[in-house]
Amino acid sequence: MGFPVLDIIIFLPLGAAILVALLPKSTPKSVVRWLGLGAAVAELALVLWMVIAFKTGNANAGFQFTSHQAWLSPLSVAWYLGVDGISLFLVAMTALLFPIAMASPPGERSSRSYLGWMLLLESACMTTFLSLDAFLFFVAFEVTLVPGYFLIVNGDGPRRGYAATKFFLYTFAGSAFLFVGILATYLLAAAHEPSGTKASFDIIALARGAVHLPVADQELLLLAFGVAFAVKMPLVPFHTWMPDAYTQAPTGGSMVLAGILFKLGAYGILRWGIFLFPRAAVNLAPLALTLAALGIIWGSVVAAMQRDLKRLVAYGTVAGVGFIVIGLFGFTTEGITGGIVEMVNHGLSTGALFLLVGMVWERRRTYSFSHLGGLQSVAPILGWVFMAVIMSDIGLPGLNGFIGELLVLLGTFITHRWWAVVATMGVVLGAVYLLWAYQRVFHGPAQAINQGVRDMTWAERAAVAPLLAGIIFIGVYPQPVLSRIQPAVDHLVAHIEYADPSFKIPPSGVGHGTFAVPADQVVDVPAATATTATAASTGGNP
Amino acid sequence: MTEAVQLAAGADCTINSVTANIAGLCSAKGSISIAVSYASIMPLLVLGGGALVILLASAVMPKRRYPGLWTVLTALIGAGTVIDGLVQWSDLNTFTGVPLTLGDQIIYDHFSAFFVILVGCATTIGAAISDSYLVRENLDGPEPYILMLLCSAGAVLMAEAAGLISLFLGLEILSISLYTMSAYHHRRAASGEAGLKYFILGSFSSAIFIYGAALIYGATGSTQYVEIFSFLVANTLVHAGVLLAGMGLVIVGLGFKVAAVPFHFWSPDVYQGAPTPFVGYMAAVAKAGGFAALVRVLMLALPTEAANWRPIIWVLATASVLVGSVLALVQSDLKRMLAYSSVSQAGYVLIGLQAGTTQGMTAVCFYLFTYTFMVVGTFAVVGVLQGRGEARNDLSSVRGLASRSPWLAGAMLVLLLGQAGIPLTSGFLGKWVVISAVIAKGQYALGLIGMLGAAIAAFFYLRVAFLMFIPAGARAASTLEAGAPEGEDEAEAAYGGSDFQTIAAAGLSGRDSALALRAPPAIRLRVPGATAAVLAVCVAFTIFAGVSTPVLSLAHTITLPWAP
Repeated sequence: MGFPVLDIIIFLPLGAAILVALLPKSTPKSVVRWLGLGAAVAELALVLWMVIAFKTGNANAGFQFTSHQAWLSPLSVAWYLGVDGISLFLVAMTALLFPIAMASPPGERSSRSYLGWMLLLESACMTTFLSLDAFLFFVAFEVTLVPGYFLIVNGDGPRRGYAATKFFLYTFAGSAFLFVGILATYLLAAAHEPSGTKASFDIIALARGAVHLPVADQELLLLAFGVAFAVKMPLVPFHTWMPDAYTQAPTGGSMVLAGILFKLGAYGILRWGIFLFPRAAVNLAPLALTLAALGIIWGSVVAAMQRDLKRLVAYGTVAGVGFIVIGLFGFTTEGITGGIVEMVNHGLSTGALFLLVGMVWERRRTYSFSHLGGLQSVAPILGWVFMAVIMSDIGLPGLNGFIGELLVLLGTFITHRWWAVVATMGVVLGAVYLLWAYQRVFHGPAQAINQGVRDMTWAERAAVAPLLAGIIFIGVYPQPVLSRIQPAVDHLVAHIEYADPSFKIPPSGVGHGTFAVPADQVVDVPAATATTATAASTGGNP
Repeated sequence: MTEAVQLAAGADCTINSVTANIAGLCSAKGSISIAVSYASIMPLLVLGGGALVILLASAVMPKRRYPGLWTVLTALIGAGTVIDGLVQWSDLNTFTGVPLTLGDQIIYDHFSAFFVILVGCATTIGAAISDSYLVRENLDGPEPYILMLLCSAGAVLMAEAAGLISLFLGLEILSISLYTMSAYHHRRAASGEAGLKYFILGSFSSAIFIYGAALIYGATGSTQYVEIFSFLVANTLVHAGVLLAGMGLVIVGLGFKVAAVPFHFWSPDVYQGAPTPFVGYMAAVAKAGGFAALVRVLMLALPTEAANWRPIIWVLATASVLVGSVLALVQSDLKRMLAYSSVSQAGYVLIGLQAGTTQGMTAVCFYLFTYTFMVVGTFAVVGVLQGRGEARNDLSSVRGLASRSPWLAGAMLVLLLGQAGIPLTSGFLGKWVVISAVIAKGQYALGLIGMLGAAIAAFFYLRVAFLMFIPAGARAASTLEAGAPEGEDEAEAAYGGSDFQTIAAAGLSGRDSALALRAPPAIRLRVPGATAAVLAVCVAFTIFAGVSTPVLSLAHTITLPWAP
C-alpha cells in the first residue's frame, strides 16, 4: 500500500485534539490557538493534495486510497477506509470549513476546550465520510454527538443545555434504529454469502448479500437506516431538534453543525441506504421524495416567518436538505450527482451564512430583525458578501447553487416528475425568504445604534474568502468536480438498475445512459448479469 | 447401596448419553472417595484463606499500627485471585479432563476462570477505593475487608457451582457479607436502614430461591445441573408445572440479586444508604455472581426449557432497561440515580441471556467484565465528591467539577459515556455484542427496545456531564443578585435542577429551582492516591476494551462444558 493518506486525515486532528487537551494550563492561549488552527490547515493541505491526486475516469470508479487493517476481528469488524467520487468533495468541504469555524470567535467559553472539541469533531466527521465498514461508520457517526454536544454547551445561547441535550437525544434515539439495522443487515447478508467466506461489515460484502434479501426485509432495513439519517439530516417530521441546536451553538459550532454534521445524514442515506438496498430505495422513493418536498415548502415558509436572523438561516437548511434528498432519490446520474454537489454547495453557503450571521452578532449582539437594518450603508463589504452568499443559495447562474439545483431538478424530473415540479417552487420560496432577510438587515434607514457598525475586518475577509472562492469556482468551472463525482455515481445507478429490473430510466430521458458503464465495473454484479444491466443502461442511448 | 447408585447413575448416563462429554461426566460418579482438584478451587482458597489471615492478623496486631495495611493485603489477595484465574485460564486451554471436580460440586471451565478474574479485579479496585473512605469516616478496621473477601469467595462459588446446593452456598456467603457491608457505616441512619432493608428482602429472595431449587429437585430428582439436564433430555414431563414453578422461583431469587425489574425495589435505598465504595463493589460483584448463576442454571440445567424461560427473561430485560432508565431520570440523588442506572444495565445483561446461545453467554461475560470497571470507577468519583459524612450526594455536587478538578471530571465523563454506550468505550462494545446476540436469534424488537432505552438513559448521564461542565457557584449567585439577563441562568439552573418537569419547562419556572439549587462549597477536592490510581485504571480499561480486541477475545473463548 502507498502513503496512508486517509489514516493521516483521521488521526491528525485526533492527535491535535488530544495534544490541545493535555497542554499544561499555563500554555498561552495564542499557542493553543495556533496549534489547533495549524493542525486544521495542515489537514486542509493534505485533503487538497488528495483531491488533486484523485484519479478520474470510468476506470477509476471504485474506492481509492483504500486502507484495510485488522481491527476488532472477533466481531468481524475491520478498519477499512476509502474515498470515491461520492465522498471526495464532502471530505474536502469538511477540511475547508473546520479551520474557518475554528478561527471564528468561540464565544465566552475557553477557546481551549472549543478547539479540542472541534478537532475531535473533525476527526469523527472524516471517519464517517471515509469509512467503508459499517461498524466503523456507526462508531464515527455516533462519536460526532459528543463533541457536537459540548460545542453547543460551550456556546452562549440562553437555552444551550436544553438545545444540546435535545440534539443528542434525538440523534441518539434515531441511531438506535441504525444500530439494529446494521446488525440485522450483517446477519441476514451473511446468510447469502457463499459458504467459506468470512462474514464482515465491509460495504461491498453487505451490498452483495443485501441484494438477495426479500424486498419486504430490505424495505424494513432501509426504513431503520432511514430513520437515523432522517433525524440527522433533518428531514421534516424529525427536524424539531435542529433550530434550537443551531441557534444556541456559537458561530463556529453552527457552521459545522449545519455545514457538515447534517451532511452525515445525507451522505449516509446515499452510501449506506440507497447503495445497500436499491430495490427498497426505489420502492420507498415516493415517501422520501414527499418528505423532502414537504421539507422544502415547510422550511421555506417557516424560515420566512422568523423574526430572528439565525433561526431563519437554520430553517433554511431544512429546505436545503429537501433539495439534496430530491436529487438522491431521483436515481439518475444527474440527480445523484446534483444531490452530491448540493451537499457541498449547501455546506459552503450555509457555512458562510452562519459565519456572516456571527459577524452581525459580534457587532450588534442581536439577531432580531427589528433591531437590525440599514447595515449596507455602514458596512458595505459585509452587505455585498452576504448578497453573494444568498445568491449562491438561491441558485443564481454562475454560482455553485445553480449547478446543483439544475442537476437535481433535471435528474429527478425524468423519473419523478411531480416532485421535481414542487421542488422548483421551492427555489422561488427560497428567494423570497432570503432576499427578504437581506432587505430587513441591510436595507432601509439605519437606526441610530446601527450607525457605528464597522465593516468587515481583514481577518474576517480572509475567513470568508475561501468559501466565496469555492462558491464561485464550482459555479464557473464545475468540470473538475463533476468529472470526479460522475464515475462513482454511474456505478451506483447501474447498481440500482441491476438490483431492480423493474426500474428503468425512460429511454427518451435526458439523463439516460449519458455515461456508459463497462460491464466489469459494476460494483457487485456477477459478470453475466452485469452485461444485461449495462445493456439496459446504454441501450437507449440517443 | 453404593452399587445401586452406581448402577442407576450408569444407566442414566448410557441411556441418555447425549454427548460423549456428559457420559464422561457421569462416569466419574459412584466412587466414595472424593478426589480434590486443588487447581479448580484455588481461587476460593485464596479468597477465603485471605479472609482468615486478615481476621487472625487483626486479632494479634495492635490496632492502627500500620494504616492501610488491610487495604494493601486485600488488594494483594484480589490480585492473587486474578493471577490464579489467569493461570487457570491457560491451564484450561490444554485441559481435557472431566470438568466436574470436588465431588461434582465445582465446574472447572473457562466460564469459572473468567469470573474468577472478574471478581478478583473487582476486589482489588474495590479495596483500593475503600481505604480513604473508611479513614475519612473514621470507620477504619479489618472487618469490611474480611467481608469483602468472603463476598468475593461467594461470588466465585456462585459461578463455579455445579449444582443448586453449592450455588445456594455461594449465594448466601455473598449476600450475608453484603448485608453487613451495607450497614457498616454505623453512625449514618441511612446505612443501617439500607442494611436492614437489604437483609429482609434478601432473605425473602433466598427463601424463594431455595424453594425453587427444591421444586426443581422434586421434578427432576437431582440438584446437579448435569443430571437435571440429562433427565430432561431423556424424559418428557407429563406435568411440567412443578418444574416450571421451580424454574420461575429460581429466576425470581436470582433476579433479586441482580436487581432486575420488578425485583429492584431494594436497590435505590441500599445504594443510597450503603457506604459509597462498597456500593460500587457490590454493584459489580453481586451482579457478576447473580448473572453467572443465572447463566449456569438456565443454560446448563434447563436449556431444554428455553422456550419457557426465554419469554420470562424477555419481560425482565425490557422492564429493567425501560424502568431503570426512566426512573433514573427523576432522581436528584446521585447514588439513587446510579442505582437505577445499574438496574437498566442489568437489563442489557438480561438481553444477552435472553438469546440463550453461546454468543449470548459470551456477550453477558463481556458486558459484566466491562461494567465492573465502569461502575467501581463511577462510585469512586462519587465517594470523592460527597465529602465527609456523605454530606453531598445530590446532583449539584458535580456542578462545576470541570473547572475545580478537570482530571476528575474527565474521568467521570469517560465512565458516564461508557455507561451510556457511546462508541470507543467498552460500554458500546458491550451493548453491541449483547444486541447482536439477540438479533442473531431474530429478536429485532428486543434489540430496538434495548437501544431506545439507551437513548433514554443517555439523558441522565448527560445531565451529570452538563452539570460538570458549567461553572460552579458564581453564576447561580449572580442569578440571585441581579436577575439573569435573557433568562439564561434560570434555564441553566432549571436544567441542572432535580425536577424533570422543571427541566421541560426550563425558563418558565426556573427561578425557583435556581434558588433551591445551592452551589457546592468551594472546597478543594483532594483525590486520594489509591483512588486516583483506580480511576486511571478504570478509565484506561474502559477505553482500551472499547477499541481493542484482547478482552473481547477472552470472552469469545468461553464455552460451557456442554453446549446448549
